[in-house]
Amino acid sequence: MTVLEGWWAYVFIAIAGWLATDLWRWLGVLAGNRLREDSEALNWVRAVATALVAAVIAKLILYPTGVLEHSPLWLRLGAVGLGALAFFIGGRKPAIGIATAIAVLAIGLWALGF
Amino acid sequence: MDEGATSGSGRDWFLVGMRGIFSLPAMILMLSFVGFCAFTAQAGFPVEQVVFMTGVVWALPAKVILVSSILGGANVLTAFIAVTLSSIRLMPMVAALVPEIRTQKTPTWLLLFLSHFVAITAWVFAMERVQTVPREHRIAFFAGFGITLVLANMLLVAVVYQFVAEFPPLVSGCLFFLTPVYFLASIWSSARHPVIYVALVIGLVAGPVFFWIAPEFDILLAGLVGGTLAWLAEREWRGRREVRP
Repeated sequence: MTVLEGWWAYVFIAIAGWLATDLWRWLGVLAGNRLREDSEALNWVRAVATALVAAVIAKLILYPTGVLEHSPLWLRLGAVGLGALAFFIGGRKPAIGIATAIAVLAIGLWALGF
Repeated sequence: MDEGATSGSGRDWFLVGMRGIFSLPAMILMLSFVGFCAFTAQAGFPVEQVVFMTGVVWALPAKVILVSSILGGANVLTAFIAVTLSSIRLMPMVAALVPEIRTQKTPTWLLLFLSHFVAITAWVFAMERVQTVPREHRIAFFAGFGITLVLANMLLVAVVYQFVAEFPPLVSGCLFFLTPVYFLASIWSSARHPVIYVALVIGLVAGPVFFWIAPEFDILLAGLVGGTLAWLAEREWRGRREVRP
């Protein structure tokens, strides 16, 4: 494992981090400026943006990094499933779904000896 | 909100946005940043670089990829490509947000500046709450929330860095898991357009499917193909409902 040092670290982060992300944000402003709020094109952009975020979510659950890399998949899916169930039963309040999912995960990790 | 509710100055709405720091999404993001902080501390990253990265990159998934690239010894071009491919989603996110917050008079330079503060949390928060803000104050509201959230997390990273390296695995595991679970719950509960539900479900399936088919471009393909499918399906369904009496 390598860690960068000195001024080069900041130039590296500015190019590979800052520019690499803000480039897309700026293009988003230019594209969004041309979209009307009630247009079908904006509906498509909404769908693509949501599907992209959903794909990131699915990857975080299925292929996590760090500690969860060593946790069983059934536990992570079970935590999300029970969290979703609680969310819909509990009147679609995010806090209920989130608390349930995390509680299931914590109990599962504890039972597995993490 | 209607025309009658356009009270308060831009400054008031900036402050209302700032107060968003005490909301559930902001709290969850800060916990996720504690988790990210633990990840960088364990890897031996200097705290100054982590604070700098938090301010200039902001999007958490992009930072995880940037840190992993640096740790893997990638050169600047390889790291740039990895981060930029993972961040394409920021473009449609910003493009969907801009028509919700701008007015006829909003200058483009201001939107370009404020777009820096868009990442998943700020996007979900803004798309959810901006309807309750009079249109001419939406920019001030978003600026108040976005800028405060970035500065608060830079401070948070600087302060907690010393304490996080030795977290118990159970705690770091739960901190990591908060992010996907929170995104799911808040996108579903805040959706104001039917197409969002369809796109969320299709995207969840398309992500792993494209990871299996084309792991290099999985997120991008899942978004474009999955999102387009969701849009077509919802439009078809909407069309049929409108035909019926």
